[in-house]
Amino acid sequence: MKNTWALTVSRMRLAMRNRAFLFFSLIMPLAFLFIYAGIFGRGRTQTVPYLLAEVLALTVMGSFWGLSVQLVTFREQGILRRFRVAPVTASAMLASSLLSNYFLTLPTIVVEFYLSRSVFHMAGLGNVLSILILVTLGTVCFASLGLIVASVTNTMQETQIINQIIWFVFLFISGATIPFPMLPKAVQAVAVYLPATYLVSGLQRAMIDHTSITGLGMYVASLLGCALIAFLISAQLFRWDPEAKAPRRAKLWAAAAIIPFLLLGALETLSGDLRSHAMQNLNSIREPYTLERIDH
Amino acid sequence: MITAATIEVESLTKRYGNVEALRGVSFSVQEGEVFGLLGPNGAGKTSTVEILEGLRTPDSGRVSVCGLDPQTSGVEYKYVIGAALQSTALPDKLRVHEALDLFGSFYPRRRGTDELLKRFGLEEKRNANYSQLSGGQKQRLALAMALVNDPRVVFLDEPTAGLDPQVRREIYDIIEELKKEKKTILLTTHYIEEAEKLCDRVAIVDHGKVIALGTPRELKQRSGAVTRITVRMSKPETNGALNTLEGVTECRAQEGDYLLYSTRVPRTIVALVKHLEEQNNELVSLEISAPSLEDIFLELTGRRLRD
Repeated sequence: MKNTWALTVSRMRLAMRNRAFLFFSLIMPLAFLFIYAGIFGRGRTQTVPYLLAEVLALTVMGSFWGLSVQLVTFREQGILRRFRVAPVTASAMLASSLLSNYFLTLPTIVVEFYLSRSVFHMAGLGNVLSILILVTLGTVCFASLGLIVASVTNTMQETQIINQIIWFVFLFISGATIPFPMLPKAVQAVAVYLPATYLVSGLQRAMIDHTSITGLGMYVASLLGCALIAFLISAQLFRWDPEAKAPRRAKLWAAAAIIPFLLLGALETLSGDLRSHAMQNLNSIREPYTLERIDH
Repeated sequence: MITAATIEVESLTKRYGNVEALRGVSFSVQEGEVFGLLGPNGAGKTSTVEILEGLRTPDSGRVSVCGLDPQTSGVEYKYVIGAALQSTALPDKLRVHEALDLFGSFYPRRRGTDELLKRFGLEEKRNANYSQLSGGQKQRLALAMALVNDPRVVFLDEPTAGLDPQVRREIYDIIEELKKEKKTILLTTHYIEEAEKLCDRVAIVDHGKVIALGTPRELKQRSGAVTRITVRMSKPETNGALNTLEGVTECRAQEGDYLLYSTRVPRTIVALVKHLEEQNNELVSLEISAPSLEDIFLELTGRRLRD
């Protein structure tokens, strides 16, 4: 436990000294906030909770990159081998990836809330407990998925390519950029199998309807399930040595990470719960607009 | 009473694909001994050390350090060993004192960062990033890190490879100091001088096997490698009597000198002096060149060490 903490602190320090990390985990999410709220929301206060939820989701999904990529660098440069000679366990190394990532994500989330309130005059804060839980589970879930990619890829380049592909899928069909109800039906049918979709939609409900955590059971369950399974798989796949290439078997294991979402996706396909809520969420920005027009 | 060796290595084998890296390596190292694994690149030195460091598992065979097994003893094992890997790498932006603080924090018993910085001449580089260090400074930091837990056993894999002669001497001094502290040290090298200078005992490794083992002096004596005696006399010898002197295996004339190859040097010299007295001849100069480990390696394998 003590080792995990020492590693966490050290890795946070290293991440803070890395310009690419700062850009992707701090500057870029804030840029999204200004683009979303300033341009798409046209500065209208009512749209901010909906758009902030998207930005929060993007920030959380950024965990997919962050410290997992640092771990690949550590492995490929032979840095992990030095840690292995010391009394450092694989689980301490992995847990420090998740923790340092989490502690670096939280301040960004706080800054996003602060700017939404001060610059875009957002009224409330949503259900803070629900948001905190979703953000926590989301960072663990996405960071673990990143760790899996880190373990099954053999070079930094390979990691970057696979990450880009998965990241774009998360970005564009989860509802974090294009609202879910506006996606073509066929894309929606795929999107309900993605953890990202549940994160975006759950955060929107917590922001807009102040939905309590008990009302977000399915979202919490999906992210918790993903976090647990992805972390266990990443622990199975963890490699200290650059020479020990990822075996085929490892890639199959990695694919197992999608099992909870196949189940959830199937459930959602039957119930349509997420889709109806996504529609309601989107209406939250439309309705005041029509009301405004009636008022005039 | 049987005292177990500090490091025991028994019949290690290791295969990478089609390559048999280790083919039954065995040796043991006593407490406080500096033991060298000497051999060309690819001989199996690093594989052996990495098994001892717990970085690799052998296909068969057994190792123990201070009675502990690297694969099953967990952190207890890590507490008794320190290691400088063949290429120790650290994150570029990690500062020197942070590296020592971080690695020190992993152990219940540790040496202070300031003490280590001072001892390894890194005080001025305390706040430098790892990437800003020279090769010699990186190696000194690697050695400092190997000692951060004040280990009983230290593994040094090619501690001076790629360093210039002056830095190499600095590293030798550090190892000599560790020797005085009675640390048990296992080092690998392909530099003969290093093994001769630093090691109490040396195992010569080639093609995954220990082909000779002993103190550098024993190895020289035990091997068939012969000592060369270069003699110059006031009058030339013509009767071929030098060939029959005790211990001489071969005699050659070369530019006025005589090269005597002897397996029993003291006897040969006594016989030589007697012979010259009988012949009324005088000794002008005499030079004895002991066989080096290089000669021994050449004799054992038919190849030079750095080929």
